[in-house]
Amino acid sequence: MLSVDLKKKLKNFSLEATFDVSNEIIVLFGPSGAGKTTILNSIAGLTHPDNGYIKLNNHSLFQINEKPLPIQKRNIGYLFQDYALFPHMTVKKNINYGMKDESLVNELVSVVGIGHILDSYPHQISGGEKQRVALVRALATRPGALLLDEPFSALDEETRKECQNELLRLHKLWKIPVIMVTHDYKEAEKVGDRIIRIEKGKLLEN
Amino acid sequence: MNYTPLFLSLKIAGIATCIVFVLGVIFARLIARNNFPGKRILEAILLLPLVLPPTVVGFGLLYLFGKNGPIGSLLLNWFDYQVIFTWVGAVIAAIVVSFPLMYQSAQASFQNYDRNIENAAFTMGASKFKVFWTISFPLAWPGLLAGLVLTFARALGEFGATLMIAGYIPNQTETIPLAIYFAVESGNTDAAVFWVVSIIAIGFSAILWLNWWSGKNILKFTSDK
Repeated sequence: MLSVDLKKKLKNFSLEATFDVSNEIIVLFGPSGAGKTTILNSIAGLTHPDNGYIKLNNHSLFQINEKPLPIQKRNIGYLFQDYALFPHMTVKKNINYGMKDESLVNELVSVVGIGHILDSYPHQISGGEKQRVALVRALATRPGALLLDEPFSALDEETRKECQNELLRLHKLWKIPVIMVTHDYKEAEKVGDRIIRIEKGKLLEN
Repeated sequence: MNYTPLFLSLKIAGIATCIVFVLGVIFARLIARNNFPGKRILEAILLLPLVLPPTVVGFGLLYLFGKNGPIGSLLLNWFDYQVIFTWVGAVIAAIVVSFPLMYQSAQASFQNYDRNIENAAFTMGASKFKVFWTISFPLAWPGLLAGLVLTFARALGEFGATLMIAGYIPNQTETIPLAIYFAVESGNTDAAVFWVVSIIAIGFSAILWLNWWSGKNILKFTSDK
């Protein structure tokens, strides 16, 4: 269970977000600049809220007036919009970078079907493949929760559908709290167990 | 023909380059990534030798490292050591004039890639140390190497500040640029031409190699299948 209750002043408005995520997929849906990525960054530890708390399985990640838990110790998987694959490492080295155990990686690689590109570099593979590699790389660390920042926005329609199905399939196998950010409502409806709308920093649950 | 100026120049520029490389990388990381009061002023001071005449740098170094200067008097009292009119003085002059080149290259190369690549590594549990050596440094390396070559070339060609702090002492502080100047002064054109040609050859090959190498490396991560 991931519990979030945070306040943070942004440029033009203040972000207020309170929600819990059990082992489900929550979609944060809203226009650009509404504060979606800030919520993900706060959970991952890349930025810190001004007030509130963030907890993962009753473990405090952030609590006002306490020293925030460093990014490295949060055990949160984060899939960035542009994947942020390490360009100078092969797919295999990318995946093994934070790997917890090898059998999990082997299983993930075969489930997602990227066994044939393990020795390729990121610039040699397609967008859909990059997306899968980034997903496997994030899951290889056995994260306690997974954050996805517009993970399919750079893909064509068909690949996007495939990757959405992939995510749903993986989530059935590894039940962890997942938060996905998107501004595509069809995608939100398809992937999300729950959809939270966000506008100018305020949450409106559907 | 006395080849001492060549070896002296390579020794001085080599040592200066190693020190400048480490300092440049550390400063670029610390200053570029953190915001603190006075940051712009500190950066301006670090880059100042780039726009100052070398004689001004030399004058400043003479003041700092002179017998009565703030650093010079400490060295003299504590270690009974003087850098003025020694090859170490030439190393210091080379460090100061070439540092801005390394600093600028390092700063640019650490901003040249997506910050999220480092962030991704952090979320996977990697320590700051691991991220630096496995992600930041390799990704910045092409730019750092360019800075390294420029630093070496600048250190090799340093004249004004070197002359002021290290003076012209044959076989001790006589680097190639000084050898050229004093060869011309004394009418020894043959020696001057020899050193002019050698320093052009060194500089030309350094830049040629750098262009070739960076072209090859840029291709490595961007070319398609």
